[in-house]
Amino acid sequence: MIRRRPSRRFANLAIGSASVLVYVFFYVPVAVLVLFSFNQARTGGRWGGFTTEWYSALFDNDRLITAAQNSLLIAVVATAVAVVLGTMLSLAIDRRTFRGRTAAQQVVYLPVIAPEIVTGVALLAFFSLTLGRLNDLLGRGAQDALRMGRPTIIIAHVAFCTAFVALVVRSSLRTLDPSLEEAAQDLGANAWTTFWRVTLPSIMPGVLGGALLAFTLSLDNFVITFFVSGPGATTLPIEVFGQLRRTISPEVNAISTLIFGASTLLLVGALVVQSTVSRQRSQRIRPLSRQPRNRAAQARATQATHTQLEGQP
Amino acid sequence: MDQHSQRGTVSLRKVTKRFGDAVAVNAVNLEVEAGEFISLLGPSGCGKTTTLRMISGFELPTEGRVHISGRDATDTPPHLRTVNSVFQSYALFGHMTVAENVAFGLRVKRRDKPTIERKVQETLDLVQLSDFGSRFPGQLSGGQQQRVALARAVINEPDVLLLDEPLSALDLKLRQAMRYELTRLHDELAMTFVFVTHDQTEAITMSDRIAVMDQGEIHQLGTPVDIYERPATRFVAEFIGEVNMLEATVVGGDGTRTEVLLSSGDRLTCAPVGDSRLTPGVSVVLTVRPQRVLLTPEGGIDSQEHASLRGELRELLFLGDSTRGTVGLADGTELVAVRHNEDGTHPFGTLRPGDRVDVGWRHGTACLVQ
Repeated sequence: MIRRRPSRRFANLAIGSASVLVYVFFYVPVAVLVLFSFNQARTGGRWGGFTTEWYSALFDNDRLITAAQNSLLIAVVATAVAVVLGTMLSLAIDRRTFRGRTAAQQVVYLPVIAPEIVTGVALLAFFSLTLGRLNDLLGRGAQDALRMGRPTIIIAHVAFCTAFVALVVRSSLRTLDPSLEEAAQDLGANAWTTFWRVTLPSIMPGVLGGALLAFTLSLDNFVITFFVSGPGATTLPIEVFGQLRRTISPEVNAISTLIFGASTLLLVGALVVQSTVSRQRSQRIRPLSRQPRNRAAQARATQATHTQLEGQP
Repeated sequence: MDQHSQRGTVSLRKVTKRFGDAVAVNAVNLEVEAGEFISLLGPSGCGKTTTLRMISGFELPTEGRVHISGRDATDTPPHLRTVNSVFQSYALFGHMTVAENVAFGLRVKRRDKPTIERKVQETLDLVQLSDFGSRFPGQLSGGQQQRVALARAVINEPDVLLLDEPLSALDLKLRQAMRYELTRLHDELAMTFVFVTHDQTEAITMSDRIAVMDQGEIHQLGTPVDIYERPATRFVAEFIGEVNMLEATVVGGDGTRTEVLLSSGDRLTCAPVGDSRLTPGVSVVLTVRPQRVLLTPEGGIDSQEHASLRGELRELLFLGDSTRGTVGLADGTELVAVRHNEDGTHPFGTLRPGDRVDVGWRHGTACLVQ
């Protein structure tokens, strides 16, 4: 007992400092970004005094504003469509039996695993082909030809967002007690009522989580969007990238800070909603979990007593 | 019989369920009477839950028909059947309050609001959860959740209530309390209960009749007393309570008695069991409950009214409320006798391990099974 304790203390220290380092690694660059968005000096790595100039300049930068509006619109539409498709998809491959179900379950994750560049190139090839054919069919010339733009970006985003939504919803479907749906049917609910009154509310945390993920992914996607955006429509990441290539503008720091702040708010909001819901209803029944928890508490109490006793001279 | 008087009956007619090559339920016939408390008892994998799920409609029989309240319900989907279930996991809707859970069935059936409110309160009163309507299931104890699950089912006034191991998630003390609670509910509601369990005590203490199942078949259907005192098969004898089993061969007999030869070399006469298959040469198992076994010094058993065997007392074990004696017969087979301890005296007198003893039982208390 006594001999083991110093090594445990060392382990705690090691784990603790490793965790701190990870967070430092994560957030120091972001902190630098936030700091520099208030930096009066236009270029270089030196501090020229505090200013909010870049934030006000942001609102005069029409290209950035338009791109931001585009991004939001695309993210909202793509998320809405992807949530519906992804939820339906995961219900189908988890709750139904059909030929090729296992294959379907595996293939769903392909867009998640495949390098974005592959998806991007594939979608580009697909859109040029279909748009070309469509233009021929409709007899449109160079003037009024259908080109890639917001619709193609939305379709592309729906494609990969659906996979992510399905991924998240499936994990909450898997922890869903199948007898919940049977109970609803047993009480006289048909399939439709069962879905709306029982299944959907039960997997709602998963659906919301999937929606949040899809929205975030759509908002900051660069590679795929780069391939499928036309001259008419650009999104925020692509616009930022374009502006950075010309000059390093502090406005980019400012908008990045705003985006970071918005996603933090979104995350906090999601956590608050989730903890309120789970406090209200901890749905799983664990009559046996009480005992080990007591045992753990007992062990802790015993250890504390030991520590006190040994601490005495 | 007309439809009305058949309300609450369940009839399984040669029902078979196969999952791929595996036979879960094999040509089961079962007639459940209206208002009866019947248990399907057996080890896990014996087909009892599958049988129940064919009554609730969640499994379709591969062959055979299921009749509920006198009507063929084989092809009726679960949500249109006049039965309700209490699930092993309770399956309460975590996003609804207790009252909303209980009201679910009536809401789905679009009953009017005042009726729903009144009936929800009545049913919560019935299961003694009157003040818990606005709580969420996650805030209740296991026993309370159990009673919500019961209320949610019985509020619909089903013809038959199906219970799938509802007590198995509760701790021992609560389980005992819920046994009385279920029996009380059954009396009050006068509803047919079909209860699935692997716990023989639950089945014996609550049921009007028990169907003992193993490997997809019903081995015996009878009252708890029948099942305990007159097991029909070796499996039933072994599954319910403690029992002595002696291998034997039928050597003779007539309509009033059967003569058997034990592996120890003893010949015994047993009461007839009305089984025509017990012809000479058939090997059987003689079963007798330990508390029916007498244990005396040599010559202490009246052989007119009792079957008796010679042996040697091997072990005496004090168990608190009873004492257990193990006797070795001539061929080494062991036989156990259990006697209650009364006012501090030794129930087996002065007998000590190593003594030569007689063991026996009154004619009619032992059963021959195959």
